[in-house]
Amino acid sequence: MSYQAKFRVWRGDAGEGELVDYTVEVNEGEVVLDVIHRLQATQAPDLAVRWNCKAGKCGSCSAEINGMPRLMCMTRMSTFAEDEVVTVTPIRTFPVIRDLVTDVSFNYEKARQIPAFDPGDAKPGELRMMQEDVQRSQEFRKCIECFLCNNVCHVIRDHEENKPAFAGPRFLMRIAELEMHPADRSDRRNIAQEDHGLGFCNITKCCTEVCPEHIKITDNALIPLKERVVGRRYDPLVWLGAKLGIVKKSEDTPSA
Amino acid sequence: MSTVEAPTKKRAQITAKTLRTDNWLNYPIFIVVLFTAWVGYATFRSLMGKYYWVEEYNYLTPFYSPCVSSECVEGSAHFGTFLPELPFFIPLAAVSLPFLLLFRLTCYYYRKAYYRGYWASPPACAVREPHKKYTGERRFPLIGQNLHRYFWAAAVVVSLINTYDALLAFTDADGGFRMGLGSLILLGNVILLWGYTLSCHSCRHIVGGRLKSFSKHPIRYRAWTLVSRLNERHGQYALITLGSLVVADLYVALVSGGVISDPRII
Repeated sequence: MSYQAKFRVWRGDAGEGELVDYTVEVNEGEVVLDVIHRLQATQAPDLAVRWNCKAGKCGSCSAEINGMPRLMCMTRMSTFAEDEVVTVTPIRTFPVIRDLVTDVSFNYEKARQIPAFDPGDAKPGELRMMQEDVQRSQEFRKCIECFLCNNVCHVIRDHEENKPAFAGPRFLMRIAELEMHPADRSDRRNIAQEDHGLGFCNITKCCTEVCPEHIKITDNALIPLKERVVGRRYDPLVWLGAKLGIVKKSEDTPSA
Repeated sequence: MSTVEAPTKKRAQITAKTLRTDNWLNYPIFIVVLFTAWVGYATFRSLMGKYYWVEEYNYLTPFYSPCVSSECVEGSAHFGTFLPELPFFIPLAAVSLPFLLLFRLTCYYYRKAYYRGYWASPPACAVREPHKKYTGERRFPLIGQNLHRYFWAAAVVVSLINTYDALLAFTDADGGFRMGLGSLILLGNVILLWGYTLSCHSCRHIVGGRLKSFSKHPIRYRAWTLVSRLNERHGQYALITLGSLVVADLYVALVSGGVISDPRII
């Protein structure tokens, strides 16, 4: 069953642009990305859109559909009424290159600043992990780096000035993953707070809401990391224990 | 050879606060209405100073537990009356209510709810917040949110006291077993309060979340798994217990004031 859908797509470059109205054919079983491709093939050959796997695994086609950050390839047209206007805009937190394509290099710069896995003196082949330890970080490894979490996070979405001091949920999750790793020797709690801005997070859970891999970013990564940071920096009993030599303090990871 | 200039790096200039078309305002409005009504009711009741104890059935409302002032009605002070007569603005349960309030105020679920509802930071996901500046929980007073684990410890103690009160509601003046509708309401409230307290994120951290290796601590791993399962519903417990506290308190108040009589089961 086909119908003609009303689409409003943001067109422009270097920040300047506008929402342009289109009427496009939609067929049964299609997703928003299919319709954007049809639009490109039939009416707007110069429409820029980034995509790759069409299966929700590459994280390329991040956009905002009716204002919500989503993957275009995973948003079914059947979730909209036939007379509904579907608005598609580029993800708002990052600079736009053209139309729906944004420059997400902020994320790669942040990724480089996270200190790598530190196995201490262990030689390759010596490390062994039990399933229950693997399981914990496996959830975080599902991340496809679509950066919808970093896009929706109001810390940088609404406050561009916080970008230098805040790594965003995706990379705070990476720090949490390493901090929970049984073979990792570094203490990452101080750098999580000082260098990567964990204290900015006010746990409003938007990162979790938009994650297409359904990773419980807030409950399983950010809050556990916050609790660990409390133990390192704000807990008076731990401080006293460390002073009395009861609590062992590990070495902080050097800042990036 | 000519070069092509890279485009200027600017965000897409979209003036609308949000392009969301769903009812995103529902949640913040629901939270503001619910929390304001609850705080109003709790303040009124905890400062009322009467209708909190039913001597005949040993019912004590959680808003007055433990009752520790010399003003407490005879029989309602299960742990002594070590505080003198208090001014009208201090509740009779002065040793527990401030900690319970701080436990909920610093709770990770409530933080999400009131940051969205009262502070619009942000009002909803992908909706522009109205504030010009944002510093998060890095400075005073919000840095105090990091003391949540201590308020959790206080809440565990108060939950134990509430459990004692609920069990007492199953006894008569001679210590024999009796049961009324009020006993069941107080017991149900305590079970939900334990659900809320044990599903807390700080509890999850203390029980086992702080460990680097689960395999070296199998018992704590098991405990962490159980708390994690409860933790998935922490937000639901947070809201349900607001209701159960009001139901338990209102029931005791109505029975104590003689408005309704307590149906006896045993």
